[in-house]
Amino acid sequence: MNIMQGLLYSKTHEWVKVEGDRVRVGLSDFAQHEMGDIVFVNLPEEGDMVTAGEAFTDIESVKAVSDVYAPVSGRIVAVNEELADDPALINSDCYEAWIVELEEVGGLDDLMDSTAYETFVASAE
Amino acid sequence: MEEKLLRTPLYECHLAAGGKIVPFAGYELPVQYEKSGVITEHMAVREKVGMFDVSHMGEVILSGPDALANLQNLMTNDYSDLADGFVRYSPMCYENGGVVDDLLVYKLEDNLYYIVVNASNRHKDVEWMQKNLKGDVQLKDISDDVAQIALQGPLAEAVLKKLAAESDIPQKNYTFVRKAPVGGIDCLISRTGYTGEDGFELYTANADAPALWNKLLEAGEEFGLIPCGLGARDTLRMEAAMPLYGHEMDETISPWETGLGWAVKMAKEDFIGKAAIEATGRPRARVGLKITGRGIVREHCDVYVGDQKIGHSTSGTHCPYLGMPVAMALVDAAYKEVGTQMEVEVRGRRISAEVVKLPFYKREK
Repeated sequence: MNIMQGLLYSKTHEWVKVEGDRVRVGLSDFAQHEMGDIVFVNLPEEGDMVTAGEAFTDIESVKAVSDVYAPVSGRIVAVNEELADDPALINSDCYEAWIVELEEVGGLDDLMDSTAYETFVASAE
Repeated sequence: MEEKLLRTPLYECHLAAGGKIVPFAGYELPVQYEKSGVITEHMAVREKVGMFDVSHMGEVILSGPDALANLQNLMTNDYSDLADGFVRYSPMCYENGGVVDDLLVYKLEDNLYYIVVNASNRHKDVEWMQKNLKGDVQLKDISDDVAQIALQGPLAEAVLKKLAAESDIPQKNYTFVRKAPVGGIDCLISRTGYTGEDGFELYTANADAPALWNKLLEAGEEFGLIPCGLGARDTLRMEAAMPLYGHEMDETISPWETGLGWAVKMAKEDFIGKAAIEATGRPRARVGLKITGRGIVREHCDVYVGDQKIGHSTSGTHCPYLGMPVAMALVDAAYKEVGTQMEVEVRGRRISAEVVKLPFYKREK
């Protein structure tokens, strides 16, 4: 299990990378591994608002569809269009394969750092 | 109803191979394996060889002087000309023409047949058959004593040749050899499968199953053999457009609608469901859909032409070998022609699709 340091994590296994006023959101290694081979990302639209804890997109693996929950609230200012053509990037490099970029971010304090997330994952397994 | 999950005799083999275990048809079975995953397992079967534990399948023996007469009554297919060593597929119907199950009948010898049924339908099937048996005939459910391993892929025969005598390897599709030692283990070897690929299904006693599994793994290593889970089993059958009970078939769907007319022999004097199948006709049809929009269609999605709902999807997935999403749907027969454009509603979103010819994938002979 690869847990990248310097990122924040949600209990629903999304990671958040803080870059000034913006954050990038992606799926943790645990999440991509649980989903298996990812074949489609239903990318949301720029400008959409997302609410922490609510599904903002869904991802299809060969096996099934999974909701992806917003780890924080905010406004989508960019989506990773690369995932439209190559959704398996999330499997091959989950910490590079960001899904959305958000501004007007709220709820960062509720997230775990990598150490806390490691403990969380260990207890979930 | 909470039932305790059963384990096949190969359960420990799956754990040793890194199988990710899920509940399926009352059993704990691997959906995929740690080192490979669904796509890799799928491709192994298309290009090399893969191996599945299908011990959850049910096996029953039908025997006695009236065995054939009962098969002729219970099944829609015709068994009157089935020779020893041959296998024949059939739906089994209710009086209303809906399907109880679909199954394989093996003729071991005169008055002795081996029937392989879907795991989730086994008890229902046995009950239905028992209830309808007539004359001097016996039915015995031996599922709990039998393990089954499916060895599938273009290199399956090469693997088997290392462990079995050439004369014990069935050469034609839908034939079998009843007492065939594989690596010294007694098996029934059948040239059948559920992947759209060449391959074999090996039936053996539970106690011998782990040794057989390990011998096959070892013999297959040089050919790229890997164990494959339920995930790949489903994507493979989907790509080959093989109908699955509970999806393309059930008690409310006529086998004609599923497109199984070739296995429904109306020329037979009678069989259970014959009159109803004829009376119902073909108001709906199973069609293959190529998903031309963006997304994956799964089962139970409504299908539309314009504002009119014309049916629903019965199965759907991303097909690893074809590299595209496809689905099967049961639609109003007026819309079954190849090229018909439709839309499938997936979680509130309409995705465009086009009727294409089935199967989606057919192997080159």
